[in-house]
Amino acid sequence: MSELLLPPEHRYANLIKNNLNDDGSELSVLNLGPTHPATHGIFQNVLLMDGERIVEAEPTIGYIHRAFEKIAENRPFYQITPLTDRMNYCSSPINNMGWWLTLEKLLDIEVPKRVQYLRVIIMELARISDHLICNSILGVDTGAYTGFLYVFQFREKIYEIYEEICGARLTTNMGRIGGFERDWTPEAFRKLEVFLNDFPVAWKEFENLFERNRIFIDRTVNVGPISAEMAMAYGFTGPNLRAAGVDYDVRVAHPYSSYEDFDFIVPVGKSGDTYDRFCVRNAEVWESLSIIRQALDKMPEGNAFHADVPEYYLPPKEDVYTDMESLIYHFKIVMGEIPVPVAEIYHAVEGGNGELGFYLITDGSRTPYRLHFRRPCFIYYQAYPEMIKGAMLSDAIVILSSLNVIAGELDA
Amino acid sequence: MALETAQIQDKLSATFSDVTFLFKLEKDILSIEVPADKITAIILYLKNDSELRFHFLTDLCGVHYPDNELERQFAIVYHMHNWYENKRIRIKTYISGENPSLKSLTTIFPSANWMERETYDFYGIDFIGHPQLKRILNMDEMVSFPMRKEFPLEDGGRTDKDDRFFGRTQSNK
Repeated sequence: MSELLLPPEHRYANLIKNNLNDDGSELSVLNLGPTHPATHGIFQNVLLMDGERIVEAEPTIGYIHRAFEKIAENRPFYQITPLTDRMNYCSSPINNMGWWLTLEKLLDIEVPKRVQYLRVIIMELARISDHLICNSILGVDTGAYTGFLYVFQFREKIYEIYEEICGARLTTNMGRIGGFERDWTPEAFRKLEVFLNDFPVAWKEFENLFERNRIFIDRTVNVGPISAEMAMAYGFTGPNLRAAGVDYDVRVAHPYSSYEDFDFIVPVGKSGDTYDRFCVRNAEVWESLSIIRQALDKMPEGNAFHADVPEYYLPPKEDVYTDMESLIYHFKIVMGEIPVPVAEIYHAVEGGNGELGFYLITDGSRTPYRLHFRRPCFIYYQAYPEMIKGAMLSDAIVILSSLNVIAGELDA
Repeated sequence: MALETAQIQDKLSATFSDVTFLFKLEKDILSIEVPADKITAIILYLKNDSELRFHFLTDLCGVHYPDNELERQFAIVYHMHNWYENKRIRIKTYISGENPSLKSLTTIFPSANWMERETYDFYGIDFIGHPQLKRILNMDEMVSFPMRKEFPLEDGGRTDKDDRFFGRTQSNK
């Protein structure tokens, strides 16, 4: 991008010179971002504009690249969850659980049913908070601030549930190999119950505010449409792909953590435009609520909150002081000395934005040999210049926020 | 009818009779090692064959193996997915450590564009035929390729901590 900042022979200079309009007006270059409040994150797009129409766009990414893959090659396995938190920070628990599920697949650990259901609950809560932010911010970008402030209270409620479970709110670092670090408190279940009671009312009101709203429809219908073929070619997954009419969902295709026990539909759109993306996310929130309710109803008896894997799961602290075996396990786990097979595995979960994959190569040492994150945002954001060509500048903003590109996940 | 692993193997071996494939079932995914010069042909075949239909490129990334012989120091790993039959496949190809290069997939999968740029950015692998092979996450002025194993994570001159005690060296088995 640096050559763009060098006048006079910048990238578009000749293009502008050769494309003078009849009335003498010329194309202009507009720098959108990197830190613009309307882009909700650090994205730079250099736009070539004809009046208010976008002719060409070139995105620059990497402003918050933190070398997670390199760091992961130098950290023991349990120290990698905090890195996953910081990818899609709107739905950290999904990333955390995705990482633990990857490790459990690697180590062949069978997790108790109750833990799987608890994980489903937390992942669906995370999905709700992710979609809630995306949709309400889309409202803000089209001029409706009220809906955003209204439903945002409920993200706070979700964060209080996280806090009750793991002590953290945004970057949760939740769970351990084989389960959770502690059992969920009764208070967590009480807060969950309150949330399940209050949130649907608010979400319905939010939907009513937008779904048939004339201004909103004018701003979103046929804005940034993408066909199913294009979406697949560009590697779309998640709600953005489903809005184009393809019902691919990792939860259904490769069920993990007992998703096959629950009854839910995969909402799909038709035209893949901004309005369809909005509606698909709305519908997914309802499905998530229903999954949480089913998980609570089917929750197995007992209080198992982790698998019985002493080699990987930290013993209770009081045992460490009195029991020799516990002391040894504690020491070995903290020092990263856990037995790990030599293997290559790929595991994917349905993240807030699509297929979040972990490709892990181990060589038997205490750190991964290679860990690659398949970040859905990174892959589908490359279609953005294509999607905004010919659109108005204000549409570009709306398309960006309806794609739900999260800078942390984009740059890793 | 579900797509069987054996069927994939048979079809590939029959179509590319001059190529030696290394098939390996790793956990739940069939992993195939193919020679680098045939990579685009094989991937195009996997994508377009009416039975195999691996139409979706899930992931593309590089791996560095500095301990291997020179011809096999870098690996490029492709994950492809057939949504009709719900089948994943992993293609792995090894390339030389000296001027590593490989044909680009951008004409087959537009989504490979940024993934190849990322691989170039971190490993310095030249994807021949890529329309815009330049750095994507790191800054343009950078001269090294940071995911190569020889690139240190932290300043090697630090004396305030001894990595041996923290499980933070590369191969301390």
